[in-house]
Amino acid sequence: VRVSLFVPCFVDQLTPQVGLATAKVLKRLGHEVEFRSEQTCCGQPSFNSGQWDVAREAAIRALGVFRGAEVVVGPSGSCVAMMRQFYPELLKGTPHAAEADDLASRTFEFSEFLVKKLGVTDVGAKFAKKVTYHDGCHALRELRLKEEPRQLLRAVKGLELIESEEGETCCGFGGLFSAKFPMISTAMVQVKGGALARTGADYVVSSDPSCLLQVGGWLSREGKPILPLHIAEVLAHDA
Amino acid sequence: MSDSKAIFLKDATVNAADGDQRAFIRKALGGYYLNRDLQKARYRDWERARDAASMAKWSAVNDLANVLEKFVGNFERNGGVVHWARDAAEARAIILRIAEDSKAKAIVKSKCMTSEEIHLNDALEKAGYGVVESDLGEFIQQLRGEAPYHFVFPCMHVKREAISELFTKHLGTAPTDSPEELTMIARRHLRQLYVDADIGITGANFLVAETGQISITENEGNARLTAALPRIHIALSGIEKVVNHLDDLSVLLPMLATAGAGQPMTCYNTLYSGPRKKGECDGPEQFHLVLLDNARTRLLADPEQRDALHCIRCGACLNVCACTDACPVRIDLHHHLLHNRRNAAKESPTLFDRVFHHGFNFVIKRPWLFATGGRIFRATLPLLQKLPVPYMRAWMKTRDLPKAPARSFRDQWKNENV
Repeated sequence: VRVSLFVPCFVDQLTPQVGLATAKVLKRLGHEVEFRSEQTCCGQPSFNSGQWDVAREAAIRALGVFRGAEVVVGPSGSCVAMMRQFYPELLKGTPHAAEADDLASRTFEFSEFLVKKLGVTDVGAKFAKKVTYHDGCHALRELRLKEEPRQLLRAVKGLELIESEEGETCCGFGGLFSAKFPMISTAMVQVKGGALARTGADYVVSSDPSCLLQVGGWLSREGKPILPLHIAEVLAHDA
Repeated sequence: MSDSKAIFLKDATVNAADGDQRAFIRKALGGYYLNRDLQKARYRDWERARDAASMAKWSAVNDLANVLEKFVGNFERNGGVVHWARDAAEARAIILRIAEDSKAKAIVKSKCMTSEEIHLNDALEKAGYGVVESDLGEFIQQLRGEAPYHFVFPCMHVKREAISELFTKHLGTAPTDSPEELTMIARRHLRQLYVDADIGITGANFLVAETGQISITENEGNARLTAALPRIHIALSGIEKVVNHLDDLSVLLPMLATAGAGQPMTCYNTLYSGPRKKGECDGPEQFHLVLLDNARTRLLADPEQRDALHCIRCGACLNVCACTDACPVRIDLHHHLLHNRRNAAKESPTLFDRVFHHGFNFVIKRPWLFATGGRIFRATLPLLQKLPVPYMRAWMKTRDLPKAPARSFRDQWKNENV
């Protein structure tokens, strides 16, 4: 399959290793990977803030960027949900509606693509660490992905998966919410981060790099000995 | 900044920082989560029960005018009097008029969230009536001079010791830390008040169209006393509470109990069918029902958010981070949050948001500018973290940022793939 990478804007700028790991795993499985450099941000910050007219422009732009791509794969439940669930809603009743539906049908979250589209759970990774998994809200509640990332993790050699008490609880990130309502966002990550730290895992793994910014940022500030790691980074480990 | 926003921000700051209080609430909710899941597991198929409940509400709400008319016809045949209220002011005026016409003095109420919606107690007290809340939680909140904290558990945030102190102060009883004893104090205090009251005001959980009955579900039995002992019963209900069939309650009542309180069924489930009839020895002489619109028809006209009228007031969405999965009748909660934000941004745009998002959009439309801006952002990130940049500072107060990489993904990709 020829995969067009959808790299979230903040991954591009802050955690590029997530994008590189995603490409590495896909290439290792024998797929061709391209990155269309005209892509920037999917418009989710504006969409979530209620600025749908602004977000619509970003959506129309993205349709052009990914035009003709066989499949689009992104290492983020939240950004993929934007493209897959919310572009069609944003562009409903406009001349772009059909193309939005079409792009939605070709867009996948990374773990979803591996398990549901390619039928792969063992990607040949080795990672002898204890990890706990955090379900991002968009992956869990919009894309309905719960077992897929866990199947992938369980197939990693040496990896021990520990479930936390608050596996499905929101981390409190929510994009601009985390900065507009920092007190609520922090209260939420205290609950989430506390439960993650109590698992005794070495890493908290998620398919959502934005959640990892939030939990990782809080865990680091609190000096908890557990590090954030994207699932693609785990799956890219082969030595 | 609007008043409500300022109040929200202030309350959020205070409550989020109150670790003890949060732990207390969390512990209380922990018991709820456990019981809720135990009860959900007793359903042969909880998801299909949700479908059935949602369908029961949908079929009534989507034919609201006809179903309401049918209900009203049957309710009146049972001897009740219906009053239509377009908004909160009309509803208050109707209730005040009934009270005045009947020369009432004392009023007892059972739990009725719709009365909170129209600020009924204030209006009654200002008009000189004595009003007593008879639900234990509401009674405590009334003594505290506060609105209910939660609509199923009105005083879940109040600790036992505080309740004891409150009773000592207002009722002159001896301090105790026994929940049973505290309940008995309230019970002894309230019993005579039911007898003395001229009017009992209740809410309604469901209005059954085919029988013209009002369904009230409760755990304490206080609603029964409120409806049965005073000579006048006034029920206050939103128009969306109507359901078609008595049989609909077979899924809605257990579902409300499970989602709302983690119970298989609430303790007392009563159907009220009008005032005392000839030859009956008890029950109210008059039975009034105030049917409140208060923007519900406006919601009905909005196909996107109409399903909010399916709400059965179980409060399940208050106990978790609100999402559609939490709602037993499948109201599309988390998408409504997005729609509300869109509507709010359209109705009252804030200058900051418009500038911020249009500025951001200007950048992301131009990949070269995005890449350059990103480079500058990464280079200056250590400095930015020390400066009072609005959003950055809010973030940095409790959380770190990852160390900015020297090269972005796009730069690294270019080098690896030429």
